Amino acid sequence: MSTNKCCCGCVDEREQKLQEIIAKYKDTRGALIPVLHEAQEVYGYLPMSVQKKISEGLNLPLSEIYGVVTFYTQFSLKPKGRFKVNICMGTACYVKGSGQILDKFKEKLGIDVGECTEDGKFSLDACRCIGACGLAPVIMINDDVHGRLDPDDVEGVLEKYKDL
Amino acid sequence: MQIYRAHVLVCGGTGCTSSSSVKIMQELETQIANNKLENEVKVVKTGCFGLCAEGPILVVYPEGSMYTMVQVSDIKEIVEEHLLKGRLVKRLLAGNKESENITKSLEGVDFFSRQMRIALRNCGVINPEVVEEYIAFDGYKALGKVLTEMTPEQVIDTMKKSGLRGRGGGGFPTGLKWEFAAKQVADQKYVCCNADEGDPGAFMDRSVLEGDPHSLIEAMAIAGYAIGSNQGYVYVRAEYPIAVKRLEIAINQAREYGLLGKNIFGTDFEFDVEIRLGAGAFVCGEETALMTSIEGNRGEPRPRPPFPAVKGLWQKPTILNNVETYANIPVIILKGAEWFSSIGTEKSKGTKVFAIGGKINNTGLVEVPMGTTLREVVFDIGGGIPKGKQFKAAQTGGPSGGCIPASHLDTPIDYDSLIQLGSMMGSGGLIVMDEDTCMVDIAKFFLEFTVDESCGKCPPCRIGTKRMLEILERITDGKGEVGDIAKLEVLAKNIKASALCGLGQTAPNPVLSTLHYFKDEYMAHVNDRKCPAGVCKSMMQYVISAEKCKSCGICTKVCPANCIKGEKKVPYVIDQDKCLKCGACMEKCPFKAIFKNV
Repeated sequence: MSTNKCCCGCVDEREQKLQEIIAKYKDTRGALIPVLHEAQEVYGYLPMSVQKKISEGLNLPLSEIYGVVTFYTQFSLKPKGRFKVNICMGTACYVKGSGQILDKFKEKLGIDVGECTEDGKFSLDACRCIGACGLAPVIMINDDVHGRLDPDDVEGVLEKYKDL
Repeated sequence: MQIYRAHVLVCGGTGCTSSSSVKIMQELETQIANNKLENEVKVVKTGCFGLCAEGPILVVYPEGSMYTMVQVSDIKEIVEEHLLKGRLVKRLLAGNKESENITKSLEGVDFFSRQMRIALRNCGVINPEVVEEYIAFDGYKALGKVLTEMTPEQVIDTMKKSGLRGRGGGGFPTGLKWEFAAKQVADQKYVCCNADEGDPGAFMDRSVLEGDPHSLIEAMAIAGYAIGSNQGYVYVRAEYPIAVKRLEIAINQAREYGLLGKNIFGTDFEFDVEIRLGAGAFVCGEETALMTSIEGNRGEPRPRPPFPAVKGLWQKPTILNNVETYANIPVIILKGAEWFSSIGTEKSKGTKVFAIGGKINNTGLVEVPMGTTLREVVFDIGGGIPKGKQFKAAQTGGPSGGCIPASHLDTPIDYDSLIQLGSMMGSGGLIVMDEDTCMVDIAKFFLEFTVDESCGKCPPCRIGTKRMLEILERITDGKGEVGDIAKLEVLAKNIKASALCGLGQTAPNPVLSTLHYFKDEYMAHVNDRKCPAGVCKSMMQYVISAEKCKSCGICTKVCPANCIKGEKKVPYVIDQDKCLKCGACMEKCPFKAIFKNV
């Protein structure tokens, strides 16, 4: 495949992985969503160029793929930060003050929900119930769960990621 | 097989895992090795015990002693005292630590003794990643019985007689659903499982997937035999990584053991299960939307009829049940329909798992017989409201449900009584609210959720819920107009009557139910511009009491807006125009001189 090489002549590993994913699911019914999940894991998000390649690979109209990507909140058209901060907005967390936790993160990171800090380090999202209601209010940073938070704890939590 | 003198069960559910139960297990292994107990004591990672508020949890058998809020640093003591010398570490035991009669075993803890665990029978008991442990607890025995001793008609008959109703929200009789699908003549049928647990605050399905995934696989195979299907799909939330991983492990083990695949139990029955990940759309919990999503499309619902039992996934007859419903099925087959239907109320049989959360002491999962009162769940099992606050309402059924006020605490909970109270069972999320919760704000919270999650296919839901939200925002902003409450009622009625799917038809419920029980709060917002609970910021002020203020100046240091002024021996004052209403000053004031003026 000629498109496997980038301008400097090296092989784009991500593209190779994408083609493997497409090949794996090509004959599965309803393959699009699993392919999008795995492609997003490779690229971190789903830019138009990736959607185009999936469209060619699965022989589906690009409009249909774009429709699916924009329907589901887990798929993102924009790159996310290296550390994805997700504030749980489930009912249990909400009544225990997750709104104030979210405000504090907005203030400390200087970004709004759905945005990414300029250095690409943190992105902020409000997410659906993550089912850890025993630890409410709870947030996730990538796969780490931080629970029983107080607005005053926010700074300390962010501090842990500052030097990573 | 090696026999161990003691077993230490460590909760590996999501709640405890995030509060470092993995490190606790490592430390246990190290300390056990240090004391040369590795041939006497075995550490087992289990699913969720349910008492998530007290996590991380570990239980030592044969005594059944439950240690709560365990820290890594406590492990040395537990190993050296309990496991080596047989002396309980009292300070960590569950229950009242001050009491003389300290609780020595699980059965003695109120939280557990009042429960009846059918769907959650293996959660916190077996290692979910080892199929042999499931088999040792009668796992796959029901499937064997069904395949070798029963006809599909007999299976459906048992399900019908048991009175089991869908645990995902609607409460449709499971046996009837299976019968519809079984009667269809088709070259292919499907068995689906709804594990897209979207109701915020409900996590029982996650717990079954994490703690007992084989029970789901077994039940789906039984359903496949009953309706004549050889293919199952589990549609599970991508937000549940541990659940997905354990389900994958379980499916692979079942295939290895010939419990999935061809010629199961030496019969000519074949069945297999595939996992499909959701992608964060609440509407995909609706049955037709879920199937559209498995097909790889935008998860928009389809009009019914045709019902999925006639034309479901890929236009083939399909049954869809949720995780908790399936988890009941192997037990019903083994113990019989009569046993199951002897539990519960007249029209709601068996037990229900509730995820209790919010302003309650024992946040977690509880399984009780249908007909248990809300008071028993909230106060006897849930341990009541923290900080001595007053119970105000419990919200059930999530964004499709409603609130139950204190005056109905003694109503026995079942499908029908909740509908009568203007709420619904839903999937069993039960969020407790205290006097500090504003009911208008809660209604707004749920409307925000539905507006965000509306798929946009039908106008009543897409536009109607948005208009309702705008009115609620106005009211909570202190800009409510006369007639707003009536407008809300009209919109709600019309949306309920005309939306396409269950999500839209039930979206106005949180507003209708809070309007019904807490109309005075709405009136206070609109007429008096006051939020009685002191939640809605625009209508509330922080003020400093001139008598109590000692002019210490701590409040000025914590104020992020720099809007508190004062000097020595003169009481401080908050500039209301600049105040952000963050409440930081009130929290830090050592003399409790700052209070909310609502």
